[in-house]
Amino acid sequence: MAILVTPETRILVQGITGDFGSRHAKASLDYGTQLVAGVTPGKGGQTFEHGSHKVPVYDTVSEAARQSGATVAVIFVPPPFAADAILEGVNAGMDLVVAITEGIPINDMIKVKAAMAGSKTRLIGPNCPGLVTPGLGEKSHGGCRIGIAPGYIHKRGNIGVVSRSGTLTYEAVWQLTTRGYGQSTCVGIGGDPVNGTNHLDILKMFNEDPETEGIIMIGEIGGNAETEAARWAKDHCKKPIAGFIAGATAPPGRRMGHAGAIVGGEEDTAQAKKKILAECGIAVADSPADMAKALLQLMGKL
Amino acid sequence: MNIHEYQAKELFEKYGVATPKGIVASSAEEAAAAAATIGGTGLVVKAQVHAGGRGKGTFKNGFKGGVHVINTAEEAKDIAAKMLGQTLVTHQTGPEGKLVSKVLIAKSVDITKEYYFAVLFDRGTSSHAIIASTEGGMNIEDVAANTPEKIIKEFVHPTIGLQPYQCRKIAAELGFRGPLMNQAVKIFTALFNLYLKTDCAMVEVNPLALTTDNQLVALDAKFGFDDNALYRHPEIVAMRDKSEEDPREVAASEFNLNYIGLDGNIACLVNGAGLAMSTMDIIKLHGGEPANFLDVGGGATKEQVTAAFKIILGDPNVKGILVNIFGGIMDCQIIADGIIAAAKEVSLSIPLVVRLEGNNVEAGKATLAASGLAITSAEGLTDAAQKIVDAVNAA
Repeated sequence: MAILVTPETRILVQGITGDFGSRHAKASLDYGTQLVAGVTPGKGGQTFEHGSHKVPVYDTVSEAARQSGATVAVIFVPPPFAADAILEGVNAGMDLVVAITEGIPINDMIKVKAAMAGSKTRLIGPNCPGLVTPGLGEKSHGGCRIGIAPGYIHKRGNIGVVSRSGTLTYEAVWQLTTRGYGQSTCVGIGGDPVNGTNHLDILKMFNEDPETEGIIMIGEIGGNAETEAARWAKDHCKKPIAGFIAGATAPPGRRMGHAGAIVGGEEDTAQAKKKILAECGIAVADSPADMAKALLQLMGKL
Repeated sequence: MNIHEYQAKELFEKYGVATPKGIVASSAEEAAAAAATIGGTGLVVKAQVHAGGRGKGTFKNGFKGGVHVINTAEEAKDIAAKMLGQTLVTHQTGPEGKLVSKVLIAKSVDITKEYYFAVLFDRGTSSHAIIASTEGGMNIEDVAANTPEKIIKEFVHPTIGLQPYQCRKIAAELGFRGPLMNQAVKIFTALFNLYLKTDCAMVEVNPLALTTDNQLVALDAKFGFDDNALYRHPEIVAMRDKSEEDPREVAASEFNLNYIGLDGNIACLVNGAGLAMSTMDIIKLHGGEPANFLDVGGGATKEQVTAAFKIILGDPNVKGILVNIFGGIMDCQIIADGIIAAAKEVSLSIPLVVRLEGNNVEAGKATLAASGLAITSAEGLTDAAQKIVDAVNAA
């Protein structure tokens, strides 16, 4: 089953003719993802070609969705145009909009979030690596790869992964795959302070997903998304969870790369978050090298 | 980025926030002229540096105090001459101090009471919040911890913005009644507009002062700008004073590197913010101390890695470097070439441990091994951290 997307999910790419968008559209096509349409305003009617793939390009998301049957949009457009691109995806009635773009102004996202209230669309990101539901082929080929994650590090299986960061997610996935454990779905929710989907939303989905048997939740300093998710999980989650919080050595008041990764108060620190996670029954890895190990031990597999 | 007090005043004036008149000066003569223009007695001369604690600071030439009250243009000239071109040391500058190249001449005011007023981005509600308090002039975190009942919090609607009734509510709670209520609404509204239109993440006015002649004025302010929105505010970007920033961080930003200097001796170079933070953490976990946070982003080109090495090596405390790259899409061979070229260009002489993972990793590792350089290859995060900590301890 997986969550959010399956290998059959049809996706479209907003910003498919740009450098960033085209590179990752090609990687998704190579992975075997059902990438069925592209959108670049003014380039409607063109075809995006890659190997034997011919992907039609449309001027608007509405046209692209109607013609291709895509239900998910992934956004690679530059920051000044990204808020508009998200709202266009929402207006076109997409089930899911995944915003990869890094550097969208906070005020733009505040308005987008308010404007999305009550819509049927779920937003993941912005400033995120996207999500992957691995396929059954060699090196997980045939899966649904949305965004910028390397597809081949995955393996189809039963562990759900949710994280704010990109490369740290790959690290956790790789730890699982090299130990022989696959993933149901891996979701990067992004490092910005205003985002569409948080840890708690994803935990709830993994909890309901019959394919997911265990969860790795990766967080970092700043905000209370991880602790909120942990407190919910304590009473409601039926599945074992391992966690890691990055930034134990981060100095207060400095923004550590991600716009959202900043220690404001006591509750924001890695130490405080780890303590709360542990109190809620989550197996907390002290080392980022032990994320998979912590989960597999909790599940009695090691 | 931070701005100077005189620049904050310029923004206040532009957005109609009441503030005592002030003029910035770059020379003693300009200071005298500024004092004459403002006129009257009871003016202040204030050294313009980004650090706090200026009043109690000392200049390296022995002159005491970065803030002085003066009464004549002649005095303004005399005091400005003692500050300009000199280095001011305060409890926030560190012993190296900050060079003063501008002074602000402003009208001083007689204060009845000090208040606190801030507009900031609120993560919990994904919107804006107002924080106000009758306890101005103090550290607001202390007020919140010791007397939480004295903190007024008002959330702002994400699209319609701060409403007049909200301003009146805050004013009433602060005790601004009668004619003062209208003044308060006006200054709160102006501050919110300034915050919103310049894409601030925070505007903190501390103190907001009530003067003896019943005027509400913003005396001192701290601004935090949303870096992501600076592209649409060239007038704010022009206020950046690079001489106030860590030169390593300035150099890093020119190469699109995200660098933050720390106190340890093991430098790290990583792709991705989350992994970069985790790399610092694992160095500490294995008994080392990270010297920096450094995220080279998704690309990690040869030029970036070379620039990163130069910045890292500019820190005299650094005794070893850990490179941690999860290649993912990138070809590890290309990353390895970049590391070798960079190491050669900077004639690297301290231990370098490289942990590569991802696409074409075997070729990348072989390239590093064949380079003839003293590069230690690591398998996985733990091995990498252990190797660099051991190497630095052995040196």
